[in-house]
Amino acid sequence: MGFLSGRKSRDVAKERLKFMLIHDRADISPRFLQMIQADLVKVISDYMVIDTAQMEVDLKRVSHSDGRIRSELTASIPILKVKNMGKNR
Amino acid sequence: MGEVIVVTSGKGGVGKTTTVANVGTALAMRGKKVVLMDADIGLRNLDVVMGLENRIVYDLVDVVEGVCRLKQALIRDKRYEGLYLMPAAQTKDKNAVTPEQMQKLTNELKESFDYILVDCPAGIEQGFRNAIAGAEKAVVVTVPEVSAIRDADRIIGLLSAHGIAEPMLVVNRVRYDMVRRGDMINIEDTTDILGIELAGVVPDDEKIVISTNRGEPVVADPKSAAGKAYRDVAARLMGEDVPFAEKTESKGFVSKLKALFGRNG
Repeated sequence: MGFLSGRKSRDVAKERLKFMLIHDRADISPRFLQMIQADLVKVISDYMVIDTAQMEVDLKRVSHSDGRIRSELTASIPILKVKNMGKNR
Repeated sequence: MGEVIVVTSGKGGVGKTTTVANVGTALAMRGKKVVLMDADIGLRNLDVVMGLENRIVYDLVDVVEGVCRLKQALIRDKRYEGLYLMPAAQTKDKNAVTPEQMQKLTNELKESFDYILVDCPAGIEQGFRNAIAGAEKAVVVTVPEVSAIRDADRIIGLLSAHGIAEPMLVVNRVRYDMVRRGDMINIEDTTDILGIELAGVVPDDEKIVISTNRGEPVVADPKSAAGKAYRDVAARLMGEDVPFAEKTESKGFVSKLKALFGRNG
């Protein structure tokens, strides 16, 4: 791709590296995603009751319509109940 | 009380041993008492780079196993006052030493030396864990290539998991001509990606090959660009404020680097 697009190989290398390291760093500690999940639960629980057993937090590569691939953190959080706070305020 | 500094990289062949030999020699040239310790058991080569291979009688494993006393295994480098080599065993494997034994050994050396530089084996296995066991500081060596930087990042994470936070970075074999063309990852990119402090930038220098052929550290050569870079690394390890960037022909790049490192250096 570098040859075709005429981009400097340095820039290609840098972009590839940044991408790799996002995943490497998350992999080094298997607890990484668990830590994020635990913090998400803590914050969201003030507002709603969520199904933590069914909750999923994932780091993945996503292709966008502009042709670029990005790393994205996705969280799927089933809501059991929304707390009756903040309403009408 | 001396300081134990492990020199590590993850990836092999990026210049760990050359860095240990040259930075250690430079420290000795500055009047420090230094031990170069080869922790690459089974694949020793620090002795060869230093040109001391014919003087080995005992090695690190002999000390650990009680075959000899610590002082007996230390080889004094007659060329540089205060410089000693602790060779690795060539016939044993990486499990011949435990992290506890390594710690005990470095603790003992700390009492009589200013710096103990540990040459760490490549990889992240037991040999790595043994080599870092007694260290309180680390120097991570990399070259400006995707694979080496990726491995350096991994090593930085592992060092931190083992309680060695904030290692310093040596970027080895930099080719400024390629950096200028935009065909080599530059120093700014590398430190930006790895997020650790820079201890030195060593230009690619054929004098390294020549000096290794001869078994004479390149820091002794006042004309070598790499030698100067290693002397600067030694000075920074001693806590001196040495400005970065001199070895390039491009004015734009020099000023850019100076601007970049002005705040650090």
